[in-house]
Amino acid sequence: MVDTLSFYIFALMALGGGVMTITRRNAVHSALWLIVSLLGAAGLFLLRGAEFLFAAQIVLYIGGVVLLILYVVMLVNLDETARARQFNKQWWIALACVAVVGAEIAFVMKRGLGALALPGVAAVAPTGEGNTERVADVLFSEYMLPFEIASLLLLVAVVGAVVMAKKRV
Amino acid sequence: MHPVTNVHYMVLSVALLLVGTIGVLTRRNIVIILMSIELILNAVNINLVAFSHHFGDVHGQVFAIFVIAVAAAETTVALGILIALFRNKETVLADEVDLLKW
Amino acid sequence: MNFLDSIWLIPLFPLFGAVVMLLMGRRLDPQPASPVAVASGVGDAPDAHGHGHGERHASAHDAAPGHGHEAHHGAGSRALVSLLCPGMVLLSLIFTIGAVAQLAATSERVHQVIKYTWITGLPFQLQDGSLARFGADLGFLLDPLSAVMTLVVTFVGFLIHVYSIGYMGHETGYYRFFAYMNLFVFFMLTLVLANNYLLLFVGWEGVGLCSYLLIGFYFHKKSAGDAGKKAFVVNRIGDAGFIVGMLLMFSVVGTVRFVDVNQAFGGMSPETGFGVLSAMALLLFIGATGKSAQVPLYTWLPDAMEGPTPVSALIHAATMVTAGVYMVARSNVLYQLTPETSGIVAAIGAFTAILAASIALVQNDIKRVLAYSTVSQLGFMFMAAGVGAYWVAIFHLYTHAFFKALLFLGSGSVIHAMSGEQDIRRMGGLKDKIPITHWTMFVASLAIAGIPGLAGFFSKDEILWQAWSSPLGSKAVWAVGTVTAFMTAFYMWRLMYLTFYGRSRVAPEVAAHVHESPATMTVPLTILAAGSALAGWIGVPKLWTMFGDGFRTFEHWLEPVFASGAAHAAAAAHGEAHHDTSIEWLLMGLSVLIALLGIVLARYLYSVNTAAPDAIQRASGPLYGVLSNKWYVDEIYDFLFINGLSKGGGRVLSRFDNRIVDGGVNGAGWMTRLAATVSGFWDTWVVDGSIRLLAFGVKVASYPMRLLQSGYVQSYAFVIVVGVAVALGYYLTR
Repeated sequence: MVDTLSFYIFALMALGGGVMTITRRNAVHSALWLIVSLLGAAGLFLLRGAEFLFAAQIVLYIGGVVLLILYVVMLVNLDETARARQFNKQWWIALACVAVVGAEIAFVMKRGLGALALPGVAAVAPTGEGNTERVADVLFSEYMLPFEIASLLLLVAVVGAVVMAKKRV
Repeated sequence: MHPVTNVHYMVLSVALLLVGTIGVLTRRNIVIILMSIELILNAVNINLVAFSHHFGDVHGQVFAIFVIAVAAAETTVALGILIALFRNKETVLADEVDLLKW
Repeated sequence: MNFLDSIWLIPLFPLFGAVVMLLMGRRLDPQPASPVAVASGVGDAPDAHGHGHGERHASAHDAAPGHGHEAHHGAGSRALVSLLCPGMVLLSLIFTIGAVAQLAATSERVHQVIKYTWITGLPFQLQDGSLARFGADLGFLLDPLSAVMTLVVTFVGFLIHVYSIGYMGHETGYYRFFAYMNLFVFFMLTLVLANNYLLLFVGWEGVGLCSYLLIGFYFHKKSAGDAGKKAFVVNRIGDAGFIVGMLLMFSVVGTVRFVDVNQAFGGMSPETGFGVLSAMALLLFIGATGKSAQVPLYTWLPDAMEGPTPVSALIHAATMVTAGVYMVARSNVLYQLTPETSGIVAAIGAFTAILAASIALVQNDIKRVLAYSTVSQLGFMFMAAGVGAYWVAIFHLYTHAFFKALLFLGSGSVIHAMSGEQDIRRMGGLKDKIPITHWTMFVASLAIAGIPGLAGFFSKDEILWQAWSSPLGSKAVWAVGTVTAFMTAFYMWRLMYLTFYGRSRVAPEVAAHVHESPATMTVPLTILAAGSALAGWIGVPKLWTMFGDGFRTFEHWLEPVFASGAAHAAAAAHGEAHHDTSIEWLLMGLSVLIALLGIVLARYLYSVNTAAPDAIQRASGPLYGVLSNKWYVDEIYDFLFINGLSKGGGRVLSRFDNRIVDGGVNGAGWMTRLAATVSGFWDTWVVDGSIRLLAFGVKVASYPMRLLQSGYVQSYAFVIVVGVAVALGYYLTR
């Protein structure tokens, strides 16, 4: 019961935060709503037993990415942008198109609802190790190479960002 | 209330995806477009975690970690581009830039 | 400690020294801002802050080693250089002695250490149809022959390093000198310790490089740079022969490892006529003539005297130039298969010996006399190798290393004392002013002249006897050798008398501060003098039966290497047993007599009747000119190869170029243009026309598509979403 209630609260946070994010005029407000949405997603992670991701979501996304966005919002002058028109000219056709996609997905899900109710695998016997340890085990054994590549990607991204944001190129 | 199943998560995930897509397609402010992309990626993550839990297998979570890492890289570069763009064009509106033309 | 298995360390010590010097030497030995200290004029008191030498020598002499007393820079850190570089060679020497001692204790006396395979190639077919794989190890071989060579290199090398501390003490580029010297020792040790021809060749090229660097040490002098280039280029000619010979050898026996090569050749029968083996031996010998300064490639060695004197002593007398002899001795199995080639080797050796000795008779530069003497003595070594007496060749190499290094170092000491003067006509009477130098050079001159009891006598006499008695030898070779021995005694004592005895002809401003060299120079001289006196006693003639077998250690030591050669010698000895030994006694007496005669003649001409040389010079007419101009060999080479082949050939080639090549090219060009014009029409109207038509069609058809390319990011994103919708819709309605 508590779980169910929590799910709906978090789901509301995630979805409502998302809607508010894309509708705010002021980019700072958008970012704050994005935090709400991300917190909701983090709560959902917690509900689904992904404690490590919960922490990573808060530290990396909210602490890192959103903060970075806020910095940039401060760097570039958005006052004029806030006064400008918020949606572009294609907004109605885009909305229609997204609606079509949503309808299609809804159709798929409805038609395959039986198939979607996947047989739940019996909860894995508790092995005494927590979620973080299991993630670490898999990440540093099976996914060692992708992990290294990801680190390289981050390095390249940092260098690239510095090169592009630097004053004289 | 019904107990929460995977389907709940999937519906939520789809909804969040659509919200993000709308944001990407309709907003003019590039900063908000970037935030919308984060929403899309979060929708994916929720889906991954839900299924990871469902199958009692942490591979999905590992994938989510990679998604977060790639998202961080993407945001970094995008914001770098954004700053360079703002310095050169004095705008952050997506429909005022058509450098990709031809 | 197992020195035998660590022989690969022996070359590495000097390499370490060289690397340290090249990387950090500039910091250890700070250089003055200007390469030449301010010249304060010739003849200043030596305790004034010093007199510059660079400018003086550049004009006065073409081959002056710098001897300026420049202000000392960073004397403390120089001490580190002086400690490290000779120390590294000393370490090599210690390891060599240890290894040789342990080698002597083993039964088979061959020890190979192969560190790893250096080169591997694809397998291919040999001439006899079997498969071989081109390959070479990074391997080291210690056997009696390389043991002798390594000992000579490290021992003499160490002494010369010590000497250089004193000799080069005032020079700029002190660390550079020692870096090159250590590098040289490294390459030389690689050369003698290599277990295959290819690695030997690496050392061979490396010593050539160091020789070039050291000859051109005073690079601000054009003559020094030119001499370095000459040495390098002339050596290249020989090296080409070496490479081809080596590859030919590989194509025949399929390996370049000494042990395997000798085994392969050991199974072959001697070649009659001129076949592939002879070609191989001859090509290798061409390599040896380059490195060991034999006719026709000897001209670089006298010019190499542009380098500092320790370099002349180490590289151009004791070690590098003997590499050719070592290589021929190393390939002795091959040379024994090809008697004709051996004959050529002996003939070239004899010819070189007498030619160089005749030039040395009239040279006036103290180092040039010694340079030609070196060429001549190398000729002796090849003479011995050519008549099949390889151990004697190595024996002479070994004794020669002592007395010739000593002579060079002594001459360096003289030059040092004379503040850079090298012309023996402006010396004289130095005996009492530089006594240690005089006495050590005295011993060396007696040794090279062949006075019994001193090192040179034993080896030279053995060479002459082998030339006379060996089945490959001949009386002619012996005669040439004897005449050369006479000349040797004469020119060496001419040098001694002009330098040390008689009236002083020293320029007064130089005479003021003639001084004996420091201990770092005289101690090596003394040690080498002891060596020149005593080194021969391990190879006394068989004739001297009163000495036991122990006095013939040298021959026995080398026997395993020249095993089949020993068989020859045994056969000869067998035949000779029937002979009366009186001939040998007679020849020995003759050679001693001739040596004494040479000395006495030199004394008469240059000490007693000093007017006579001029009279002889006038009487001999053009001969003197020919000799003092070194038989005009350099001029002939200039005419033949530089002017004749290069320039004359250039003229012919340029005419060929202008008329035939250019004509052909022009004709072809005209034809091409014609064809191009025709083809141009076709291109413009038919090919291009169709392409343009097509392009126009595409352009028209693509116009609606171009409208899609708005350049707005969001419209592209929109298209993606549309794509998703369409794809999903397709799968749902299918």
